[in-house]
Amino acid sequence: MLATLRQRFRTWLFRPKIESGTVTLNQRRIFILPTRQGLAFGGVLLLMLLGDINYNLSLGYVLTFLLATAAAMSMLYAFRNMAQLEIRAGRTDPVFAGDEAWFVFHFHNTSDLPRHQLTLRDDAGHATTFDLPAQHSTRVQLAIPSARRGWLSSGRLTLYTEFPLGLFHAWSYLHFDTRCLVYPKPAAPLPLPASTAQEGAGKLASSGEEDFAGLRSYVAGDPLPRIAWKALAREQGLQVKQFSATQGHELWLDWALLPYAEGERKLEMLTRWVLDADAAQLCYGLRLPGMELAPGSGMGQREECLHALALYGQGTGQP
Amino acid sequence: MKLTAPLVYGLLASIVLVSAPHAEHLPPWVVAVCTMLLAWRAYLNWSGNALPPRWLLLTVTLAGVGGILIEFHTLFGRDAGVTLLILLATLKLLELRAVRDATVLIYLSSFIIITNFFYSQSIPTALFMLLTLLVIMATWIHMHTGTLALRPRLRLAGLLLLQAIPLTLLLFVLFPRVQGPLWGMPQDAYSQSGLDDKMAPGSMSRLSLSDAVAFRVSFAGTPPLREQMYWRGPVLWDYDGRTWTQGTEVRSKQPQLDAQGATVDYTVTLEPHNKRWLFALDMPAKLSVPARLTYDFQTLSRAPVSTRMRYDASSNLSYRANVEETPYQLQRAVALPIGLNPRARQLATEWRTSLPNAEAIMNAALTYFNRQGFVYTLEPPLLGTNAVDDFLFNSKKGFCEHYASSFVFLMRAAGVPARVVTGYQGGEFNDLGGYYIVRQSDAHAWTEVWLQGRGWVRADPTAVIAPSRVQAGLNAALPDNAALPFLARTQSPLLLRLRFNLDALTNQWNQWVLGYNTERQFALLTRLGMEDISWRKMAINLLIGVGMLVGLFALFMLRRLYVQRHDPAQMLYLRFCRKLAHAGLQRAAHEGPQDFANRAALARPQWAPAIRDITARYLALRYEDRTGADELRALRRAVAAFKL
Repeated sequence: MLATLRQRFRTWLFRPKIESGTVTLNQRRIFILPTRQGLAFGGVLLLMLLGDINYNLSLGYVLTFLLATAAAMSMLYAFRNMAQLEIRAGRTDPVFAGDEAWFVFHFHNTSDLPRHQLTLRDDAGHATTFDLPAQHSTRVQLAIPSARRGWLSSGRLTLYTEFPLGLFHAWSYLHFDTRCLVYPKPAAPLPLPASTAQEGAGKLASSGEEDFAGLRSYVAGDPLPRIAWKALAREQGLQVKQFSATQGHELWLDWALLPYAEGERKLEMLTRWVLDADAAQLCYGLRLPGMELAPGSGMGQREECLHALALYGQGTGQP
Repeated sequence: MKLTAPLVYGLLASIVLVSAPHAEHLPPWVVAVCTMLLAWRAYLNWSGNALPPRWLLLTVTLAGVGGILIEFHTLFGRDAGVTLLILLATLKLLELRAVRDATVLIYLSSFIIITNFFYSQSIPTALFMLLTLLVIMATWIHMHTGTLALRPRLRLAGLLLLQAIPLTLLLFVLFPRVQGPLWGMPQDAYSQSGLDDKMAPGSMSRLSLSDAVAFRVSFAGTPPLREQMYWRGPVLWDYDGRTWTQGTEVRSKQPQLDAQGATVDYTVTLEPHNKRWLFALDMPAKLSVPARLTYDFQTLSRAPVSTRMRYDASSNLSYRANVEETPYQLQRAVALPIGLNPRARQLATEWRTSLPNAEAIMNAALTYFNRQGFVYTLEPPLLGTNAVDDFLFNSKKGFCEHYASSFVFLMRAAGVPARVVTGYQGGEFNDLGGYYIVRQSDAHAWTEVWLQGRGWVRADPTAVIAPSRVQAGLNAALPDNAALPFLARTQSPLLLRLRFNLDALTNQWNQWVLGYNTERQFALLTRLGMEDISWRKMAINLLIGVGMLVGLFALFMLRRLYVQRHDPAQMLYLRFCRKLAHAGLQRAAHEGPQDFANRAALARPQWAPAIRDITARYLALRYEDRTGADELRALRRAVAAFKL
């Protein structure tokens, strides 16, 4: 009964709901409690007060009250250090399982007060500390280790500060809908499968010079060797050579080619293949049970394949 | 939060500042050890070498504690406790391993400040306290803001302290004062200087070298003449040939005082002297505080005066005191040690046989002092076993204690009851504050002689030898080259003015800050219009006051949070965006002005030139660092003209 009530109270007080967009820290979101040092300092003050009374030290009263008041004012400072901050979750780049996911948050300080020693921490204790000058925005990265492939949520984060004297702990909970895509951990190097279609498949896609089909504008992710440097030198802008010959040469990275391992291992091996094929600038396709990604090359193909591998068997693949 | 070198320097500075005022009363070896340890720590910090091992620190600590035990024979009490605290704080600095240790040091140094108030609570001490607090606060803030530079840190610390002052004042005035002590107070809790309950050659002249204030007096009406200002203290009866003591007090009878003239009313603010005497003009009639008037007209407080004390008193300057003295007391007043000072006894016997009565003998003795070439000096030669003989017939140089002592000896030897009275004589008028300052250098010894039908009559042999001592003070009575305290000398008018100003300030400080106790608090609150003051009412007032002040501060401090400053160009641009939003063209959060302008121009081609013009002007103002007033005015006009 009591536990339920406490839980409900906490639910009401801390309002742990997942948010998106920009969060502004207002009074209702900031909580303050004295720290252990704060309580100890209270004890010191009490001791001083007793001394003042006993020995009738007028100046002692002044000192005690000064310290007590300054300590109390530090609570306002702690609150002010966090209030009216605007926070927005940023885009988080995908990582491989086992690496640290760098969650990005944009902190915007619209006021003309500098903020000091803010710490962003997750429930497992991973933390990062930063300062925020007046009228300034900063990009804060919080590293959270990723264990498994799939979506990794940042979970409920705590933003806290003990500025200026460490006597009070002011904190606020931030639970953004931000998540990080975690690719499967690449397996140990293993040879790429042999080509399955016509001869010549799996060779360098750029091997057929004679199949040059024309130029098109550069798009982010196009492999560097395909850039028409000569065209660039002629000041025609960044252009990419297109080849028609690559169409028939296909390397299929196929789940079915790996019959001997269990599911996750297979995904890891496929990840390795995708990375190797991409590094070799091959044209490759990916086949998973119930899913097929047409052959392609470049950054876009790599990301699409890794995305599919990361979310394989995990329901919707939409980010 | 890391223990960086600058942070350690800050902690070092804090410890040095809190310990420095104690240097003069710490044992010299402790000062030396602490200085060495601090210098060592500073060197380690500078060089980056490792801290000393634990066992070494433990050894030093044990040796230090042992040394304190040997020096003071205890670890408790004021001096031993303070010494121990300072030694431990210094050693803690050498054992600084975690941030937690730094916090402990900060708390410890705040605590050491308070111990300094046992020794002094003057205005300079208070100012020094503020300086020390500033350094401690700046160091404290440093612990919780790793990157902040020294100057903003000091600014922040100063701001925090400044903001704390109004609330501190409120708390100081309204916080219920409990009359201490709550528990036993160490005997040495306060410094002591002042009159003793005995008098030996040299004791008065030693006191007269001190500038310290004994008490301050303000008179309700016209102050009496300076030569009438005899502030009565201990009365001494017993003489052993060298030292005068009080002897055992006889509580046989109430003292008996017949007033002969008007009474003088005045208020005394007495500095603590750890003895029970309350000083009052000869002869005290009434005191406003609980005090006992002894049979020989001393006013004694119930407990030793350990804090500054204020009382009203009234005295009679013309009086008849104890006209009917008990035979026992008269017997006490003629007792002398046997066998000493034969020549003085012989002189007294001559007077006794040749003169008709006690009054004539008294006058003869005073005339003797006047005529025989006695010299008033602070540096009398040493006297032998027959001190009175030596003084009367050989050296003839002495200070007030010599005159009082030998005068009473002569009287007693002639069979006239007499006793020594010590106290203060005179006082310095501070016309700025309208009160008299009586200093330790005004300490004086005089005598009283009992005459049939007149009771105890004051006789001051010093006044006969050096009349200027009682009329104008010590400075006037002594030659210029005498070793007088600085303040007792006459100074240039400017210096005198400055000194009086300072003393008036000190007096206010003493009255209102240091002397602020239960009575003062009640008096002040009543004057401020609070009726029937009770603890509950005071607590409520305190809470309301604190709440209001905190609310005000919160408003003041948080106001800045909600004031967002946009530059004028941005404001104009935002107005432009609002106009477009009305027309259904909302600028997305990710959209830059350029992209937005392109989109808007495509969507509403008819406004495209205006949109592009405004955007270009805005971008020029905001990003190309063109902050000219003309450009801004042009943008304002363009935005105003932009109509949909």
